[in-house]
Amino acid sequence: MLPQVVDVLVVGSGPAGLAAAVAAKRGGAERVLIVERDREAGGILQQCIHNGFGVELLKEDLPGPSYAQHFIDQARRLGIELLLDAMVLEVQVPFVAHAISRGQGYIEVQARALVVATGARERTRAQIRLPGTRPAGVYTAGMAQRFVNVEGFMPGKRFVILGSGDIGMIMARRLTFEGATVDRVIEIMPYLTGLTRNYVQCLLDLEIPLHLSHTVGRVIGGSRVEAVETVQVDAQRRPVPGTEEVVPCDTLLLSVGLLPEVELLQTLGAALDPITGGPVVDQSMQTTVHGLFAAGNVVHIYDLVDWVTEAGLLAGTSAALYARGELHGGLQHVAARPIHVRVGNNVRYVVPQLLDAGCLSQGEHKIQLRVLHPVEEPAWVRVVAGNEQIVRKALRYARPGEMITVVMDSKAVERLRLGEELTVSVLPR
Amino acid sequence: MQQSSNIICTTCPVGCSLQVTHDVGQICQIEGNACKRGLDYARSELQDPRRMVTTTVRVRGGTQPLLPVHTARPFPKPAIFALLSALRQLEVAAPLHIGQPVLANALGSGIDVLASRDLPARLEHPDT
Repeated sequence: MLPQVVDVLVVGSGPAGLAAAVAAKRGGAERVLIVERDREAGGILQQCIHNGFGVELLKEDLPGPSYAQHFIDQARRLGIELLLDAMVLEVQVPFVAHAISRGQGYIEVQARALVVATGARERTRAQIRLPGTRPAGVYTAGMAQRFVNVEGFMPGKRFVILGSGDIGMIMARRLTFEGATVDRVIEIMPYLTGLTRNYVQCLLDLEIPLHLSHTVGRVIGGSRVEAVETVQVDAQRRPVPGTEEVVPCDTLLLSVGLLPEVELLQTLGAALDPITGGPVVDQSMQTTVHGLFAAGNVVHIYDLVDWVTEAGLLAGTSAALYARGELHGGLQHVAARPIHVRVGNNVRYVVPQLLDAGCLSQGEHKIQLRVLHPVEEPAWVRVVAGNEQIVRKALRYARPGEMITVVMDSKAVERLRLGEELTVSVLPR
Repeated sequence: MQQSSNIICTTCPVGCSLQVTHDVGQICQIEGNACKRGLDYARSELQDPRRMVTTTVRVRGGTQPLLPVHTARPFPKPAIFALLSALRQLEVAAPLHIGQPVLANALGSGIDVLASRDLPARLEHPDT
């Protein structure tokens, strides 16, 4: 029999949700329930069969399913309840979650604190306004990954992949390993957007060409993709006339970015950051709604799962404190005068966007950011309040594909004043 | 006969571009490496390139049709496609446990191929 009242309810059992549940339980929350819409726990890790997971956090180089199992086993040992094949439809504040599951029908769960760890969705053809006909054979890279690695079938024989992010390159290798031909990977930006390691091991090793500053001009085909027309783009990403090339293929994979899945957070009234697409969070991963926490790709798109787990642990610890009435501050308290963290030179976004009054009594905080443009020379990340430097960090380089973390240690935290603004910039050294 | 190769070092995320002059696997000259790990990387790439291999094998009687698997250690790069075809012929029976060998001493390499996760047997009447 499922609990009708829990201390912490977690939506999603990917790396963020599992970590949040584990941390909440360890943090003293007696009853912790995870609701997962898939038939098993682990989220997208179950289809990421390649290795490279856990190097930072677990000091082991694991395949995705092994990394997931590490935390699934922990959750099981701690007695965390897991409701699979169930969908949270709506949540009311303070929290009553309405869910449906195949096995149990309609379920209502009351929760003192809620962690939303719903991850992200892939950008689809509609979101990049890809011209041409609308045949079968255009898939997102993650969808194809699920077909090949979980369901066990191949979505095509001859592929073109749009987007040089890690999922795109990893699928290029995976499809080649399964006997398909990957004609090329094309990238609209003038630089690789994924990790160099993946470029070497997924494209160079298998002699798959990468075409930078190129995009798909149109899709060609009747009932099935027959070809795509690629085209070079200029510095403003406008197609250069005369550079069109028709590339025969039966499948086009899109690896063109992820969008946080924020519907649940929106209906709960959480403020969103227009750049990340995820919720505005404070240093404890609390959103602008009291008791509502978020972690993982629903907040912003991470480069490494290790940092997703870390964010989940923080959200879970905070949620357990909140459930016990021990988390102070809270962004709804106007009197708390939060510190706003703003983007400065060459910074696309920062997380957390706010630090509440509680931040002054805690030891250290991490600020995560991504740059707008690559910097292939030594740089500083600087966090300043007015004219005062709070903290700075030296970088060997800064690339949009790799998240940057700056730690504000206790000395830096002592320099913070409530109500002020922090600006985060990346500047040449 | 000296040859030159361009190798991108993957030891760390910097990804140095190495220009290497070599003779039968012995490095004569190396440029572009920001640290000395680049030299070790170039040497192993020239003498005995290896990669971790991850793929899936078919499962009989499991809750999922496929089991993700990985090589216990980096596997010789020239034999990767032979390994993939050997694994494509394989079918394993559930239940399976994480770390369990599904192919021991793959192609005589001394390297085992291991299950990347637990995979329970399917129940007669699935408890959904």
